[in-house]
Amino acid sequence: MDLRAVAPRPSPAERAAVDTVLGPPESGWAGGRRDSATDGHAARGGHEARSRRHLLLPALHAVQARVGWISEPALGYICRRLTIPPAEAYGVATFYSLFSTAPQPPAVAHICDDIACRVASAEAVCADLERALGPARTASPDGRTTWLRSPCLGQCDRAPAALLTVAGERPVSAAIAPADAAGILRQLEHAATGMAPGTPTSAPIGPSVPQAGAPGLRLLARVGTVDPTSVDAYRAAGGYRALERALAIGPDRTIAEVTAARLVGRGGAAFPTGRKWAAVAAAPARPHYVVCNADESEPGTFKDRILMEEDPFAVVEAMTIEAFATGAERGFLYLRAEYPLAAERLTNALARTRGAGLLGPDILGSGFAFEIELRRGAGAYVCGEETALFNSIEGKRGEPRNKPPFPVERGLFGRPTAINNVETLANVLPILADGAAAYAATGTDGSTGTKLFCLSGNVARPGLYEVPFGTTLGELLDLAGGVRDGRHIQAILLGGAAGTFVGSDRLDTPLTFEGTRAIGASLGSGVVMVFDDATDLLDILRRIAAFFRDESCGQCVPCRVGTVRQEELLHRLANGHPRGTAADELALLGEIGRAMRDASICGLGQTASSAIESALRQPGLVRL
Amino acid sequence: MTLDPIFTTPLARPSRVPTAPSRPEPAPVELSIDGRAATVPTGSTILEACRAQGIDTPTLCFLENLTPVNVCRICVVEVTGSRVLVPACSRTVEPGMEIQTDSDRVRHSRKMVLEFLGSSVDLSLAPDVARYMERYGADPARYGPVAETVAQPVKIDNELYVRDYSRCILCYKCVEACGVDAQNTFAIAVAGRGFDARISTEANVPLPASACVYCGNCIGVCPTGALMFRSEFEMRRAGTWDEAAQTQTDTICPYCGVGCTLTLHVQDNEIVTVTSPLDQQITEGHLCIKGRFGFRFVQNRAEGE
Repeated sequence: MDLRAVAPRPSPAERAAVDTVLGPPESGWAGGRRDSATDGHAARGGHEARSRRHLLLPALHAVQARVGWISEPALGYICRRLTIPPAEAYGVATFYSLFSTAPQPPAVAHICDDIACRVASAEAVCADLERALGPARTASPDGRTTWLRSPCLGQCDRAPAALLTVAGERPVSAAIAPADAAGILRQLEHAATGMAPGTPTSAPIGPSVPQAGAPGLRLLARVGTVDPTSVDAYRAAGGYRALERALAIGPDRTIAEVTAARLVGRGGAAFPTGRKWAAVAAAPARPHYVVCNADESEPGTFKDRILMEEDPFAVVEAMTIEAFATGAERGFLYLRAEYPLAAERLTNALARTRGAGLLGPDILGSGFAFEIELRRGAGAYVCGEETALFNSIEGKRGEPRNKPPFPVERGLFGRPTAINNVETLANVLPILADGAAAYAATGTDGSTGTKLFCLSGNVARPGLYEVPFGTTLGELLDLAGGVRDGRHIQAILLGGAAGTFVGSDRLDTPLTFEGTRAIGASLGSGVVMVFDDATDLLDILRRIAAFFRDESCGQCVPCRVGTVRQEELLHRLANGHPRGTAADELALLGEIGRAMRDASICGLGQTASSAIESALRQPGLVRL
Repeated sequence: MTLDPIFTTPLARPSRVPTAPSRPEPAPVELSIDGRAATVPTGSTILEACRAQGIDTPTLCFLENLTPVNVCRICVVEVTGSRVLVPACSRTVEPGMEIQTDSDRVRHSRKMVLEFLGSSVDLSLAPDVARYMERYGADPARYGPVAETVAQPVKIDNELYVRDYSRCILCYKCVEACGVDAQNTFAIAVAGRGFDARISTEANVPLPASACVYCGNCIGVCPTGALMFRSEFEMRRAGTWDEAAQTQTDTICPYCGVGCTLTLHVQDNEIVTVTSPLDQQITEGHLCIKGRFGFRFVQNRAEGE
């Protein structure tokens, strides 16, 4: 058998990109310059190198951002530096949609064609781009630009949205919303001519948060009113009162407060936060970790993005409290890569808090030490699932793990881990600052506090709204100005692609965990997407089916194949060529959905048919 | 004058092979399976408990000598109190667990898993699957003739074995056998995502350009014939493969001192494939390139012999 030929060397740019993340190579063994004095015959690497496996994604990001794609030599160099088998690293690189292992032009426009943007004529934008640049995923004639379709970019209040990424020495990543083909082409032009594209200045937050500045807001109190880049402004606006109180009362009473407030997770699963923290705090294995799940990817959801962009210090403070309560010294903030402004604001917030002694070896002089690292996803909805997220941080494919064991017992790096969604963490601050009783006075018995709702679709004033639990769906829609252009509601999607469609007869439903459960729906991540009577709902359902097919990790059979069969079935319905009657198809859809719900490993497969089935089950909601 | 002997007789060896100190018996766990009380040792999986009760639980991605990955989901059972079905192969038993192995939910999920696989993968060389399909009433044809499949050309890029990923159900067994569960070569991994996920070498290069060492342990664990000896593949193509006419003979590998047990599969006085028993202490079913493929010399007979 032939020995494998030495892989071609990475280009200087690829090597430099990797070295910025991993540092210069220590020896000739790791791809550095050969030097007989230092290289010798000693084996280097081993456990030490393998323990840096978690740097795989950052290294891949570095190459992608510098060169625009990840070549075989670049991947080989990363593998050599981190002692990762190339086949495994290739498996990781091909898992994430924002990494390209085939040559790709440096300037890429990712056009969101997901449900909210679809309602806002994203297809027209795509058609214009196709006319100007050719089909998606093909390079423009000069080889400098391309465009491709993307799942939800979390800018649904300003749909249609696009994400522009430009690789180079000074890489650019910026959201454009609302986007039009002419604007996108102009930005691509800038990138193609080598000029740094005018970074689209972040739009003023006002329109996205219509309530900004109103009295009585808890979670949005600082949004739009306090400078999100200044730690002093944050402290002047009441920031770090909660941490001071936590440090004063100690970890046990901090957890007791959160438990007494009856806070439950806002990521979709509604698990009691206090119980989670108590379990991690009591877990004997060490070290403990805290993780902030900021991989908000549920179509229609943008609440965490606005919190992180406009109130980033709150996320840092809440994670610090969580770490203090659960006995962790290290935290990871896992942010989806489609949120460049949030990344910038959080990076700044981490630096500022470190500088002010609010993060690091001795926080507020208490002796408590805690450090947070920002990690970016790379385009995978499934990484919002907590165990897939751990695998992603660890440098693996974002495949969910089987539970049990649960994260509180074996989470990140196999250690007890407290993982919470951004909005959940934001709730911790008022609980600590004002006390559990004051917090729980708002809302209902089963759902305490306030909730953020992401309104999008055909509403007059789409955006982020904070209302007390118990507000009815109709009241919330009134707050957003009702249906746009005086049209009528055809359906409302609650909870996102993994949620449920309800009809306009449900407007009196109180928006609480128990209230939505009573009508067979769920709050999910707080999505309220309105479709008026002019919407082709079957087309929306088809897009949801395509979404789950694209985002299934492929690990378990029910989800990997079930999402494909579900999409095929919806195509047949939409094309008017059902196998048998439409009723036969609905029965088959029910069977597919039931198997995915019962037998899939994680929540993605378990909810992949939820919205589609809910829409088709209600007589008259969808015209077949 | 007598000289002291230079060579002494070695001390008598202990009369029995030393064994590890005995561990205390694991405490028994009491649970119920299909309404009948059962007692199994702590740490058993539900699958082991079911098998101990004589309940035939279908498995595809499970193999005794590999870490359970619970991805095929055909072994799912219903556990009272659990919102979703649980994989029997990896879930350990707990006291008081109430398990249903043949409820309506269980039968439905198993049927659908079989239909999903049957409608997307060529399962014609997976004999167990046909039996399961009949048991659970699976009908893969009902997704129509245009249902998407994983069909693709066979990869023939070396003399020793072929890879036909049209038959691959993505059970991860070959990846495990290539990795920490046996060979520690890591030549293959899962690449891509969702329905497009495939077993792949780095950058999908042919095997001779990959890290593969041709131990063939991936063939040994493949449940659907996606990985196959080149010899078997050629015979099947020529129509001469006849499993009924084959004999199996256990012998010891002639190459090194480890002493692996080989099972020679012989047809028409020719060795056609080599395996090793899963329950063999030394190999646990795994071999190296020599034991697995180095049998041609046996049949290189001289002219006219």
